[in-house]
Amino acid sequence: MKKIRIREKYCMGCRLCEIYCAVQHSKSKDLVKAYRGEYPKPVPRILVEEKDYLSFAIQCRHCEDAPCIGACITGAMSRDPKSGAVLCDENKCVGCWMCIMMCPFGVIGRGKEKKVISKCDLCVGEKEPACVKNCPNEALVLEEE
Amino acid sequence: MAKYLIVGNSAAAVGAVGSIRQVDKDGKIVVVSNETHSLYSRPLITYLLAGQVDKNKMSYGDPMFYRKNDVEEILGKEVVAVHPAEKKVILNNGAALPYQKLLLATGGRPIVPQVEGKDLPGVFTFTTLDDAKKVDEFIKKNEVKSAVVVGGGLIGLKTAEALIARGIKVTIVELADRILSATFDRKASEIVETALRERGCELITKNTVWKVTGRGVVKKVVLQGGVEVDCQLVIFAIGVMPNTELAKSAGIEVRKGIPVDDRMQTNIPDIYAAGDVAEAYDMLMSTKRQIAIWPNAYAQGSIAGSNMAGDAKNYDGSFAMNAVEICGVPTISIGLTDPQEAGYEVLEQYGKESMVYKKIVLKDDVIVGAIFINKIDRAGVFRALIKSKTNVGIFKADLLRDDFGFVWLPETFRKHMVVGEGTEV
Amino acid sequence: MVKSTPPFGFAIKRDDEKCIRCQACARMCSNDVHAYDAEKDIIVSDSTKCVGCHFCEAICPTSALTVERTQSQYRENFNWTAEVINDIKSQAGSGGVILTGMGCDKPYTNYWDRIVLNASQVTNPSIDPLREPMELKTFIGRKPDRIEMGSPEGPKLETEIPHQLELEAPIMFSAMSYGSISYNACFALARAASDFGTFWNTGEGGLHRDFYRYGPRTIVQVASGRFGVTREYLNTGAAIEIKIGQGAKPGIGGHLPGEKVTEPISETRMIPAGTDALSPAPHHDIYSIEDLRQLIYALKEATRYRKPVGVKIAAVHNVAPISSGIVRAGADFIVIDGMRGGTGAAPKVTRDNVGIPIEIATAVVDSRLREEGIRNQASLVVAGGFRKSSDVIKAIALGADAVYVATSALVAMGCTICQKCYTGKCNWGIATQDPYLTKRLNPEIATRRLKNLLRAWSLEIKEMMGGMGINAIESLRGNREQLRGVGLSEMELKMLGIKSVGEAW
Repeated sequence: MKKIRIREKYCMGCRLCEIYCAVQHSKSKDLVKAYRGEYPKPVPRILVEEKDYLSFAIQCRHCEDAPCIGACITGAMSRDPKSGAVLCDENKCVGCWMCIMMCPFGVIGRGKEKKVISKCDLCVGEKEPACVKNCPNEALVLEEE
Repeated sequence: MAKYLIVGNSAAAVGAVGSIRQVDKDGKIVVVSNETHSLYSRPLITYLLAGQVDKNKMSYGDPMFYRKNDVEEILGKEVVAVHPAEKKVILNNGAALPYQKLLLATGGRPIVPQVEGKDLPGVFTFTTLDDAKKVDEFIKKNEVKSAVVVGGGLIGLKTAEALIARGIKVTIVELADRILSATFDRKASEIVETALRERGCELITKNTVWKVTGRGVVKKVVLQGGVEVDCQLVIFAIGVMPNTELAKSAGIEVRKGIPVDDRMQTNIPDIYAAGDVAEAYDMLMSTKRQIAIWPNAYAQGSIAGSNMAGDAKNYDGSFAMNAVEICGVPTISIGLTDPQEAGYEVLEQYGKESMVYKKIVLKDDVIVGAIFINKIDRAGVFRALIKSKTNVGIFKADLLRDDFGFVWLPETFRKHMVVGEGTEV
Repeated sequence: MVKSTPPFGFAIKRDDEKCIRCQACARMCSNDVHAYDAEKDIIVSDSTKCVGCHFCEAICPTSALTVERTQSQYRENFNWTAEVINDIKSQAGSGGVILTGMGCDKPYTNYWDRIVLNASQVTNPSIDPLREPMELKTFIGRKPDRIEMGSPEGPKLETEIPHQLELEAPIMFSAMSYGSISYNACFALARAASDFGTFWNTGEGGLHRDFYRYGPRTIVQVASGRFGVTREYLNTGAAIEIKIGQGAKPGIGGHLPGEKVTEPISETRMIPAGTDALSPAPHHDIYSIEDLRQLIYALKEATRYRKPVGVKIAAVHNVAPISSGIVRAGADFIVIDGMRGGTGAAPKVTRDNVGIPIEIATAVVDSRLREEGIRNQASLVVAGGFRKSSDVIKAIALGADAVYVATSALVAMGCTICQKCYTGKCNWGIATQDPYLTKRLNPEIATRRLKNLLRAWSLEIKEMMGGMGINAIESLRGNREQLRGVGLSEMELKMLGIKSVGEAW
């Protein structure tokens, strides 16, 4: 399956990945409309960690042995057979936050609008993830694993 | 004849089915459940009661899961005996089911205090879908306006929260001096208590029910010391005891629960146990004990299933943990959250106004426990640090940072924690 | 008296309708121009700090930013320009030398823009570079005076040819020291040169350990400061270049401000960290042409005569006789760096006033060496502000063997020639050692871009050559008949050795 590789040495901390991720998951999918018009403001599922000049963006690793799938009390979290991505069915999720506790990367967040979790969905359905497409320095690359 | 026979139909069963089918696509799997409902998500029953989940949406995950994985579900039948030597179980209708590998995932049943009036209509325990349906019917039929929940543990609080959501005045009666005394420390309990009170919930601590009274139906409870609380509904949620009778009668070693080894096997070969009924290795307390929480049950079931299917996998231990949101307060607790002995270091961040609480408990620079209230994001990183027993001495000062993450770990640690999952960190 | 600060030169124009307050500009600007005001939820830009590098413009996801040159703040004055006024005020305040970066930006005649190329029409068919082979391959090194072919079986070269550098195209990356530019920039230059089949130059910063593996594609420089010069260094390179002078600052030594001397620089150059790295003006062991010959041969001995040893000088008034002397001193190639050459740091007065344009220097040096019958003894490599493939091809036609480019390479990697290299705050991660900034130059991307540039220029050179009916660069070398001057004086035409436009064969 295709996975996103994080290359810390090329991340410059611009956080554009966060912007584009949020826009990709917004209602309007338009940069200006999403940030100037939508309420609540769109929330990214990718997180840039930064300390001095060290920085990198981290998102769901779509682990082979994903602990979040086992943690989910409703079975909302499951693996999409086609893409191999770990996806959350927002209609099933009740916001119990078990997966947030279990994820060793801490890349699952809480949604702002509905009481459901929010995490990277590998932009399933798009040609490539928005973060990979728009990173200006190729710090995020899509690779076949 | 079942190659794999599973007694019980919740988290451990699902975990086992998943891992068995990864290795063995054809071996016959049979799941026997004493409930009449097909695989459903047990924790969802409080959400059902609250009206947050529709009764048609109670199935666990994909309703076709067992069908897709070629699993035979026997519902509404109780396994009454296990004969390990002959490798068969006997159902309550007399039928005998042979097996090659057996998994006991019988979970637990609620403890009912032996008090006067415990059998009055309107007194319930709350652990199954049937319980939820009964309580829901009762509330509607009797136009319940007030209730008493006995027990300030996780089930009690979630049930109380559900009743509050339905506009019922709830009083919680807890034996300890605070709610969630087994999960939280004092500060954390206080925050949740405040949230409950803000929603109009009454809280009576250091007390328990002496008797339940009413004529033909619950009218009130009387506590020790004579305190009386009027109510139309009583939920007993004072604890759960493991369903070990089956194992005991079969000659399987039983203590409080069913002890298992690293392969989830009991002392009798080819018989495994997983979930709330099993006593598996607790790596923080360095002993075997039950840890009744969904992710553990699933993980244990998964390990049991792998081993049953011939794929030797080791259970590397777990520890107490829970994630729950009560009355709008999200909380996560992991490991030893409130050790009383000496030798532990505590780092904490507490905002009384904001109700933000972060607590890290360390022993010899290794994290052994954590509590997160309101700011729960990234809690999983701490769980991973606990699980890996990482020495955090170098970056101890940074643990409570709002932006704490992998970037604060030295590079070698980052590689250790993150490498192999597609990260070149 | 009111302390006079020079009016700023750039203005940030933000289209507020498009600005989404992502704060990328605020985060990224090393000059702290942009800042987010949380109270008002807007980004405030302090244009006085802007150096015009355009990084914020490039990074803005909605293209909401434009970096504009402001109107001159003073009344128009041909002689007393805003720059002149500001420099005087600045020096009145500091009492020091005004530093600058990159190459001379003053309007001296750019002769490349006054020279035009020929094309075949009726008398001589042009060649289609897409359909027929075109040879750009170039060899840099001493060529023997005569060659002997022998053997009855067929042509066989009997003469031993001294070691040559083999180039796929007559373009190399000119000297830029590790220190003036970042590790990532050096990495990209080394990789691109290796992949393409040309060479890059270490400059006077020495060679970083990690780049030793690119040795076969590296020209190592021996400059007056002798930074990083060890026997291993000399033997790792493919050729050695003795740097006497540099086009941007003829007559003075190199200058790397202390801010840019970090630990890795200190290690590579073998100097203390944090101190200014000042190369002396002369090599203190070269005080005459005989001394130069001695050094050339010392280097040849040290490398067992296996590598071409060349000399780089700045283009100055007497560049022709000096070059003759250098060739006779034993240099295998000579590099002339014109006045428009770039630098990381130099006094502005020197950069803008000292030296001569490379166009004229190329012509007079090539003519002089040919007149003396020694043109074959050293290859002529020219440098100093080559901006396009047409500049390159014209230089070859004037007589150069190959061309060195540096500024163009930097621009390919992102540089916008803001001339602030000496501050060490290059937002593009090129002219800086700040790890926060150098991360931005992804060497993979930079390598790709450099290779693209070389490829693009090679294709264009082939186009122009094909147009002239020439299919090998060797046939164009020194072929001044293919050039005509337009709008030049008689003297200039004479210096360049070319005819005026309008004149036929």
